[in-house]
Amino acid sequence: MIGLTGPAAERWIRRAAELVAADAERLTRLDAAIGDGDHGHNLDRGFAAAVAALPEQAPAGKVLIAAGRALVSKTGGASGPLYGTMLRRAGRHLDDLDDPDAADFGGALHAALDGVRELGQAAEGDKTMVDALAPAVAAYEEALAGGAPLPGCARAAADAAATGADATVPMQARKGRASYLGERSVGHLDPGAASTALVLRALVETLEG
Amino acid sequence: MVGIVIVAHSRTLAEGVAEVARAMGVGKAVVEAAGGDPDGGLGTSIVAVERAVERAVERASGDDGVLLLADIGSSVLTAEMVVEDAREGTVLLADAPLVEGAIAAASMAAAGADLAAVHAAAEAAWDHRKRS
Repeated sequence: MIGLTGPAAERWIRRAAELVAADAERLTRLDAAIGDGDHGHNLDRGFAAAVAALPEQAPAGKVLIAAGRALVSKTGGASGPLYGTMLRRAGRHLDDLDDPDAADFGGALHAALDGVRELGQAAEGDKTMVDALAPAVAAYEEALAGGAPLPGCARAAADAAATGADATVPMQARKGRASYLGERSVGHLDPGAASTALVLRALVETLEG
Repeated sequence: MVGIVIVAHSRTLAEGVAEVARAMGVGKAVVEAAGGDPDGGLGTSIVAVERAVERAVERASGDDGVLLLADIGSSVLTAEMVVEDAREGTVLLADAPLVEGAIAAASMAAAGADLAAVHAAAEAAWDHRKRS
């Protein structure tokens, strides 16, 4: 079975940085509608720092931990600690495994979700990145249980994340700056959920590419 | 003495709250500010928070711990990460209103209380209403 090798993890972070950079303006525009209007710019800066911090010839766990640390240090907004925690928790779960398989990576994704939930104190339906990440993890686990290999599991996760992000539009925000707007936060796509879908799409492109 | 670090989106907000808290700590409390993002704009920098914690430990000259107070959003999340990365029990984050909590914490720290008591004083600041 093909797993998530160190070089594949590196390519994932590089591809995520490219997708975030290409979509930075859209993410910032989404954030300007209900947040503080810096999500795309901040995440672009954070992922650029993550790419610069990628270690050479390290296993996937180490790659993700290094990327997470750089994201936390350089991002500047709430997405720094949240994405940093996501990658660090996933990395720690994979630890020093040279070639984590689809089940190992599923565990890492779940650890990432737990970390984000814990730090952000957000539940599904709060109109946050959890609304993309939680269904993604569930879809990944379902695909895994059905015997899908890593790319297939990742594809299921990315599709579920995109659907989950779209589902944030009618939600009323209960976390972050958008929550101050009450009902006025309804009708907008959550930028954190949108960027989460983007990062998982980068994983699929990396594994299928 | 317990050190205190103010984490805020703006450098001047963090410094202003620290200034008031120091005064309420009758010049004895150690209150450090960590405001702004890594580029000097509005936001949060984990590196700035970690440095402020180091300064607080140094100036409070002891191993009594550090209490963090944060304004909103990324300040809170960043402070949580600093707590997670520190040696267990040495750095705590108060779930407290920033100004009232900082003043309560500085007052308690200046009185020589331990970290648990300073933390509790900050969190009890929710009860200090403007009108009641």
